[in-house]
Amino acid sequence: MEIPRHWRINPQRYELIGEECPHCKIKIFPPRDVCPNCGGEAKEEYTFSGRGEVYSFTTLYDGPAGFEEMTPYTVALVKLEEGPVVTAQLTDLGSTGVEIGMPVEMVTRRIRSDGDERGMLIYGYKFRPVGFTTAK
Amino acid sequence: MSEVVIAGIGQFPVGEHWKISLRSLAARAILPAIRDAGSLKPQALYVGNFLGPMASHQSNLGTLLAQNAGLDGIESFTVEAAGASGAGAFRMGYLAVASGYVDVVLVVGVEKYTDMVGPQLEAYTTTAMDYDYEVMAGLTPAAQAGLLMQRYLHEYDAPRAAFGAFPLLAHANGAHNPNAMFRKAITPETYAKAGMATPPLNQFDISPHADGAAAVILTRSSLLPRAGIEQAVRITGSSVVIDRLAPHDRPAPLAFEAAALSVEGACRQAGILPADVDFFELSDVYSIYAALSLEAAGCAPRGEAWKMAQEGVFGLKGTLPISTMGGFKARGNPLGAAGVYQIVEAVQQLRGQAGENQISGARRALVQSLGGPASTAVTHVLERCP
Repeated sequence: MEIPRHWRINPQRYELIGEECPHCKIKIFPPRDVCPNCGGEAKEEYTFSGRGEVYSFTTLYDGPAGFEEMTPYTVALVKLEEGPVVTAQLTDLGSTGVEIGMPVEMVTRRIRSDGDERGMLIYGYKFRPVGFTTAK
Repeated sequence: MSEVVIAGIGQFPVGEHWKISLRSLAARAILPAIRDAGSLKPQALYVGNFLGPMASHQSNLGTLLAQNAGLDGIESFTVEAAGASGAGAFRMGYLAVASGYVDVVLVVGVEKYTDMVGPQLEAYTTTAMDYDYEVMAGLTPAAQAGLLMQRYLHEYDAPRAAFGAFPLLAHANGAHNPNAMFRKAITPETYAKAGMATPPLNQFDISPHADGAAAVILTRSSLLPRAGIEQAVRITGSSVVIDRLAPHDRPAPLAFEAAALSVEGACRQAGILPADVDFFELSDVYSIYAALSLEAAGCAPRGEAWKMAQEGVFGLKGTLPISTMGGFKARGNPLGAAGVYQIVEAVQQLRGQAGENQISGARRALVQSLGGPASTAVTHVLERCP
């Protein structure tokens, strides 16, 4: 199990907390120690809105260890409205076909379990089509 | 500074070698390379390997492989850069000889992929990606290529089927390479009927992971035995450039920036332009990577490499042959060993020993290995001795 490793990035997984560069003001996700834009030290937290659009996508029919039971699943590059691109699964697609440019929003879902039977469940961000409503 | 030359080559057929261990696989490339170099005695061994510590539970390969090949008491360690590990070890060997500190270097790329089976093995190949921000989304290297290809089709309005030109070419060339994993040409129908893998990639857009080992001996031209001069190949350009690890962190993921910069660096050192080479051993790990590598190197306009591939430009009789011995798709993809196979194959061409795949009058090669989606790019220019 990798408890410290997953616990450490809960702020990113649960709330999309990245950074705003104090020098050039660009938004950064995931957090980095040095701003990729201006090279200054990056350290001020910034919470992303979770809104964005699909930049690209693919589907996995065979998953690597930890993801085998989830197949098939769709992974996308999502361009957040603040600028950065994140890699994340798309969820709640129903019969919706995925297209580049499709607006999506962040939701919290189970990512996988860490280890076998008694493994810790890991939750984190996925993205769903905007306008999706949960069927009751 | 005296020139660095490749004095000997060795390779073992790529495949699923259930009966051969990691150390023995390496020896089957090392011993022929030493013999080919007229038994020059290596003072250092640099190992290119990616999965050893995971798939074979074996680290410190430098020591293990040297010992098993009877090379006690020399300098040795491993270089790791995912799929570019072998090319990274070759770069290390080049630097060592060029520096003047080591006279004769042995470089071996070795990968023992079949020591285990199952989804855990595939998970190990994902360790070269960003674990926290890519792997935890369930992404794999092939899915990463799927993301890039989907975007490419969107930006350039390219037809998916056009990418079949790359595996067709690779399989045609692999048919005549005794060291290739697949030695059979395929038809356009075979490609069209292949099952979807990570869309838009189908199963023929993905090179097969397998076992393999290839080795070279490097030295300075002034130290070559008289008999070895004729077949020596010069290293005239060498460059390693990195990009941001994950495509999501790059401003232009289709640009393969590191691949472009390392071609530029290696060609500048050699005093040539990319257009001056006779062939290009690139990393067709996925069909889309062949296209992106050609475009990054300036060998094709952005968004058009697939058109040129369809026109036959990159075949053995075209103006810029690629993957001349089958490339990753047909020779097979022994991960950390692949970079050394590419060098060995380029040397075969430059010596005129490529058999039915010989490019007539081949004098100069561009060889490029990629770690991940050009997260690391290692490029060399090799030239026949005048």
